Amino acid sequence: MYMSTIIEVKDLTKQYNKHTAVDHLSFKIQTGDVYGFLGQNGAGKSTTIRMLLSLIQPTSGEINIFGKNLKAHRKEILKEVGAIIEKPDMYKYLSAYDNLSIFARMSKVKADRKKIMEELDRVGLAERCHSKVNTFSQGMKQRLGIAIALIHNPSLIILDEPTNGLDPQGIADIRRLILSLSNEMNKTIMVSSHLLSEIELIANRMIVIDKGRKIVEGNVNELLDPSRTSLQLNTTNNEAALAQLQLSPWSDSVLRKANQIELQINKSEIPLLVKYLTDLNIGINMLQPRHSLEAYFLSLTNPETYVESIAN
Amino acid sequence: MWSLLQIELFKISKRPRTYLAFVAITAIVLIFQLAFKADGKSYMNLMLQTVQDSFELNKESAINGYFMCYIILNTLLVQVPILVALVAGDAISGEANMGTLRLMLTKPISRTQIILAKFIASFVFTIMLLLWMAFMALFLSTLIFGIDDMLIFRVKGEESQILQIAKDDIVWRYFAAFGYAAVALTVIAALALLLSVFAENSIGPIITTVCIVIVCTIVSNLNVPVIDKNVKPWLFTSYLVGWKGFFYINTNNDGQPLPGTVENWPAIKSSLLILFAHIFLLLTITIAVFRKKDILS
Repeated sequence: MYMSTIIEVKDLTKQYNKHTAVDHLSFKIQTGDVYGFLGQNGAGKSTTIRMLLSLIQPTSGEINIFGKNLKAHRKEILKEVGAIIEKPDMYKYLSAYDNLSIFARMSKVKADRKKIMEELDRVGLAERCHSKVNTFSQGMKQRLGIAIALIHNPSLIILDEPTNGLDPQGIADIRRLILSLSNEMNKTIMVSSHLLSEIELIANRMIVIDKGRKIVEGNVNELLDPSRTSLQLNTTNNEAALAQLQLSPWSDSVLRKANQIELQINKSEIPLLVKYLTDLNIGINMLQPRHSLEAYFLSLTNPETYVESIAN
Repeated sequence: MWSLLQIELFKISKRPRTYLAFVAITAIVLIFQLAFKADGKSYMNLMLQTVQDSFELNKESAINGYFMCYIILNTLLVQVPILVALVAGDAISGEANMGTLRLMLTKPISRTQIILAKFIASFVFTIMLLLWMAFMALFLSTLIFGIDDMLIFRVKGEESQILQIAKDDIVWRYFAAFGYAAVALTVIAALALLLSVFAENSIGPIITTVCIVIVCTIVSNLNVPVIDKNVKPWLFTSYLVGWKGFFYINTNNDGQPLPGTVENWPAIKSSLLILFAHIFLLLTITIAVFRKKDILS
């Protein structure tokens, strides 16, 4: 498949008085990507997404979508974009049918009754089409929000924290939907989250941002290398083990905690580590891999919390 | 743009608060009509007590549908701005509060189009409100009280005047007066829409609009020379009751009314011009602010 750049963000910055919400951020999203946009709360994800949707004006930088400048071709670009920003808000005093009909017209789509009912059926709301939205659960609103985002068959879908406030079933439904939009309909999807585990399950590429800056960007498989793990160790002599490990090839990632040692290591190197310590007459009482994703995310976005979590 | 306007009108028509204004007008008009039907003579006696000797008329027929409409408009057109603010003040802030503003702005519609559609929808609502007033206050009153020549009580400078307008010279004046009132109330709608852009809930802009109208009305009614000369000409509230000008009929040297005439056309024209200028200015500021606004709701 021919890969072209769908979104190109160059040196994007947003400042509110003295606070910099997004700081010289650059990234690219290619056709067919499910692009994970990852960062802690307040990292600048929503501000960036709002700038991509022209809700917020950048202080500086450039946004090109479908090869066109967003500022100059806003209407043209937005015809091809579907979005849910944070929670799916809609007109609560109107029915699901009326809401979908209104937003279809705003999206310049000629949506007749049949088309609207098809869309409502796709998200499982056909039977409640004439119920007012204020009688809907959060999950139902989320599904209606998705129908609104997709009614005009956009080629780019931007979802800002789409699983926020949903129960496990709702989260699984959204995950399935994103995967089906990507795999079956070849949509390009940008999805933000503060949950790395969510991104890992759906995205092929991702960026991690913190304090508005890019920390890392790349293929999910490469960034979240499953061959690499974080190990917790308890030995017969932790003092001696720590001293020896600090002289070893793993010295960069060795950390001490109350009665344990933690280090980053390739899984294939674990036998070498065991041999290294036993050759030094240091017995191993316990060796346990930690959740690598969480450790990875924290180590990137908040090293202090990471160290603290290990110490605890 | 037409599609967007249809959507705005549809949304307005589906909101329960829209109908509050119509209910309020209906209630007030019916109370007036009931009160005058029961005891209109006392009111007429009170109004005519200073001129009873010099002015002969049939008090029964003086309380007719045209007269009733004038009395009702005199009272209602002071309150209607509040009803207009209820809808226009909610236009943007209500969307921000519901979270639909951000969804709306991710659609391929320009921000200028959104403001224009909301402004026109508020204008249409104002017209509907006035049509309902016309139906209730004019049509219903003429059915209940009949039609006859109309008396207008007026204070001009130091003296009180009573003007009499022939019954076949009245309807066009009401059309003109309602048209003028539509323009005056559209200024209120434009003001409420502007304030709506700054807020994320509709209470703020509605209350602020009402406060501004009250304060400006008080200033407009102050009789202080320096304010008369420097402030009043620029306040839109100085022109809100300009519709009455259509009922100030011109008279000849003998004091006889001249059918089809209005005492001061230039004043009405300049009032309308100032009101249109206010609408243009407020709408331009609204568009300029909204185009630059970061949507954080």
